[in-house]
Amino acid sequence: MVGMRSKILWSVVGWLVVFVFFFPVLWMWLEGLKTEPQAASSPPTILFVPTLSEFQEVLSGDFPPFFINSAIASIASTLLVLVFGLPAAYALAIRPVKKSRDVLFFFISTRFLPFAASLVPLYLLARDLQLLDNILALILIYTTINLPLGVWLLRSFLLEIPPDLFEAARVDGAGFRHEILRIVVPLITPGLAATSLICLIFSWNEFFYAVNLTSSVAATAPLFLVSFISGRGLFYAKLAAAATLASLPVLLAGWIAQKQLIRGLTMGAVK
Amino acid sequence: MLTIYYSFFNWNLLKPGSFHFSGLDNYSALLTNESIRTAVLNTVVLTVAVIALSVVLGLAIASLLNSEVFGKGFMRTLMIAPFLIMPTAGALIWKDTLLNPIFGLLPYLLTPFGLGRVDWVNQYPMVTVVVVEVWRWTPFMMLIILAGLQSQNPEILEAARVDGASALQAFRRITLPLVRPFIELGALLGSLFVVQTFDSIYMLTFGGPGEDTTNLPFLLYIVAFQGFSIGQASAIGVVAVIITIIVATLALRTLFSIFQVEARR
Repeated sequence: MVGMRSKILWSVVGWLVVFVFFFPVLWMWLEGLKTEPQAASSPPTILFVPTLSEFQEVLSGDFPPFFINSAIASIASTLLVLVFGLPAAYALAIRPVKKSRDVLFFFISTRFLPFAASLVPLYLLARDLQLLDNILALILIYTTINLPLGVWLLRSFLLEIPPDLFEAARVDGAGFRHEILRIVVPLITPGLAATSLICLIFSWNEFFYAVNLTSSVAATAPLFLVSFISGRGLFYAKLAAAATLASLPVLLAGWIAQKQLIRGLTMGAVK
Repeated sequence: MLTIYYSFFNWNLLKPGSFHFSGLDNYSALLTNESIRTAVLNTVVLTVAVIALSVVLGLAIASLLNSEVFGKGFMRTLMIAPFLIMPTAGALIWKDTLLNPIFGLLPYLLTPFGLGRVDWVNQYPMVTVVVVEVWRWTPFMMLIILAGLQSQNPEILEAARVDGASALQAFRRITLPLVRPFIELGALLGSLFVVQTFDSIYMLTFGGPGEDTTNLPFLLYIVAFQGFSIGQASAIGVVAVIITIIVATLALRTLFSIFQVEARR
């Protein structure tokens, strides 16, 4: 009986805490479902009839191009990370060469370089290559940001494949291509998912490079939100609707792939 | 041997930053510049406050989620949302719909406590930034610490209880030492990100009022893209690198120790 009572007590405490943390997200959804006068009322409107009009307005307005730019930048860079990261991880995990450890360190040290430190050279480089306000610049930068993470993560998954498996395949006369396609890829599907998720989160939400290297043509979703702080007046419902839409892809992906999230965030160290 | 490895890695980190400044003029200007000292101080205050608070909260929530409660999985799902929300979106929602002194929900709810009509963003800018960042990073800490808690063998705790240890004793003597590496890892990885905080400062306070919430990345942005002094900006970048190297070295050491523990299993 005592156990049950303490379970109920801690459940209540837990749900209260979770509610506090989740509340801003919930509030964002609710505000997006209001009309403008309801969203900018004092005291705040709690009970209201939800409407999708602000979502419709955001979607029919100038938001889609920003959203598409975000999608191009994050999907393209994620694919590039997988294409370049898998061979590198394979070389480091399955067929270690001399100084593999140094290479690993070098890889990850580039990830820990603060964005601020590399901004100036990258800006000058992009300017000289005529890549300012070009989505290609963001794709390349996001790829380089996420590649070290991807290599570490994929390596940690590759290390879990029993070496006997490769041995057996080779004895059976399987070629290198066969080895990769039939053994490696199926076994590390969770690894590919974790890597994609982490790359997606970081590139979709990235703001620092986006705000400094793009202005209009290649601007991504976070930049659309910036326009709300400068000179658009009080459009809280529209703001909330746009914020909801901008956050949606990463939120959904993160929720679906919860298991992969921890492993990805710790570069494979924590399972 | 390890020291040599680390020194090798430090050198790599520095290279891209140091590539772009010629002479030590920017460097010496750096040491005497008031803005930079403020920015360094703000960066340290922000990082330490955010990491300390989110680790404590994360540990508490992870312990809650690891105990016998209803709807654990759903709780965890809701808890990670703040971390997944786009930082710029999260900051805007906090600023305009939750903290706005006239239309915001929080001042309204706090009115009975005499805290209504407080303009949080302008009156307590650093507190606001810290709160929003803690909201964002607590789920991150919680996830990592929860993974640590779940790797614990429940039988050991049971045995301790049979031997007459109180819940608090069991937590301090058995659980805490076990999750310590996970807490360290979370704190260090987290600080690497929080040192770089830019989005929420840009959206919430734009570094102000004055320079009250200007941290190093934001100062660099101002110097490089509002003042266009590339050399100065690069020098600030180097300061950011030095701070990061210190944290990153520690982070990597923790990361490797966890990898080694995992490997021994």
